[in-house]
Amino acid sequence: MLRYFKPSIFILSLIPFILITYKIFFNKLGPEPVKEITHFTGEWTLIFICLTLAMSPLKKFTNSTFWINIRGMLGLFVFFYATLHLLTYVAIDYRFDWESITNDIVKKKYIYIGFSAWILLIPLVITSSKKMMKLLKHNWKKLHRLVYIIAIFGSLHFIWLSKTIFFKPLMYALIILLLLSLRIKFKKST
Amino acid sequence: MKKFKYSEITSEKIYNNRRKFIKTLSVGFGSICFSNYSNANIDLSKITSFKDITTYNNYYEFGTGKSDPYIKSQNFKTKPWSIRIEGEVEKPLEISVEEILSLFSSEERILKLRCVEGWSMIIPWNGFSLSQIISKVSLTSKAKFVEFESIYDPNQMSGQRYPVLNWPYKEGLRIDEAMHPLTTVVTGLYNKKLPNQNGAPLRIFMPWKYGFKSAKAIVKIKFVEKIPTSSWMWASPREYGFYSNVNPNVNHPRWSQATERAIGNDIFAPRIKTEMFNGYGDQVAHLYSGMDLKKYY
Repeated sequence: MLRYFKPSIFILSLIPFILITYKIFFNKLGPEPVKEITHFTGEWTLIFICLTLAMSPLKKFTNSTFWINIRGMLGLFVFFYATLHLLTYVAIDYRFDWESITNDIVKKKYIYIGFSAWILLIPLVITSSKKMMKLLKHNWKKLHRLVYIIAIFGSLHFIWLSKTIFFKPLMYALIILLLLSLRIKFKKST
Repeated sequence: MKKFKYSEITSEKIYNNRRKFIKTLSVGFGSICFSNYSNANIDLSKITSFKDITTYNNYYEFGTGKSDPYIKSQNFKTKPWSIRIEGEVEKPLEISVEEILSLFSSEERILKLRCVEGWSMIIPWNGFSLSQIISKVSLTSKAKFVEFESIYDPNQMSGQRYPVLNWPYKEGLRIDEAMHPLTTVVTGLYNKKLPNQNGAPLRIFMPWKYGFKSAKAIVKIKFVEKIPTSSWMWASPREYGFYSNVNPNVNHPRWSQATERAIGNDIFAPRIKTEMFNGYGDQVAHLYSGMDLKKYY
């Protein structure tokens, strides 16, 4: 089953990318196209963070290791959409105006924390292969707990850039807190 | 009460062509072709489309999404509607929108809107100066500020069922700001009746302040002695001050105000530099002479 399921998850995960590409080429981005691409890729990064974080609890609830097999791939899609998000900001929105960009990273906490989250993704991407997993042994698990911090950073990034927390930033914050709190319980019970 | 016969309503295309024509004229005739309220810095070919002006809005009473106001305001009832003028006035009064429209004639005012979020539009409003209304009422000597109150009707405005802001929406101006000719009572846009999502039946508009200062669907104009607390000041006093003048040198605590994006531009269009007072400095800077605008943000 996994043989078919994994490729179909892969295809499904590409749908947002296909959709935004379609919107770009067919001029369907609306009145503020750059913000549309930025928000779209940003929101899908958060969705993939939530999906990735949901896999371990699903394994627990369904007693199936199946979820763990796709977790890594979903995690890589977090990086994929986060990178598109960052590139939109750097290349399209600020057109490589490094002075403004570095000023933003230093001075604006939502940029700072968002950029930090992206940086923290890099070691996880590098160590995502099975080979690295074997190489790092128990350290791999420790290292990949970074995703909890990344999730919190991602959520704060959304809250801080929004004029009001209602409703989407609040929604993602609650989902991420719920997914993280499920883990605290697991630890206590074992 | 209707100000325009259907035949008088200009389609956007004709409108833009006319604008283009006027623009070519202006090469020869200079700025005398325009009303005093068309800012010299405004490139008339860049007027935002009717579609963008009416589908991309911040109007949290109808929801926090940009398209929510357009989608959710279509059945909003703006008739009957009256506005109370009260507070520090000799005689408080209630006046219907029909009466206001018959008493004051609207003119076209092409003004730039700069949202605190970092985007801007150029909007061909129809309206008249608020000072015309104010001069009709006798203020007491205590009238130092004016407070605008928007309608509170959670049955019709689903956004008001949630504590997004401290409802009803309130905004305010200093009396000299309110008397400034650029402070506009908006009655329409693109020579059409003001759409619900843009603040029908009546809203105010101050082009040199961030968009949220320009309250929509006004039901009360109250003259007061003390500086009013607006809904956004209430929500986050550190981020939203009473004045909220467009100022590229004073950042929002969480994001930069140095640049903005013009609505309707394609993805390759660069950001544009935000101007002090949104480009209306010549007209309004004197209102703030001697004030530290970093302190009075």
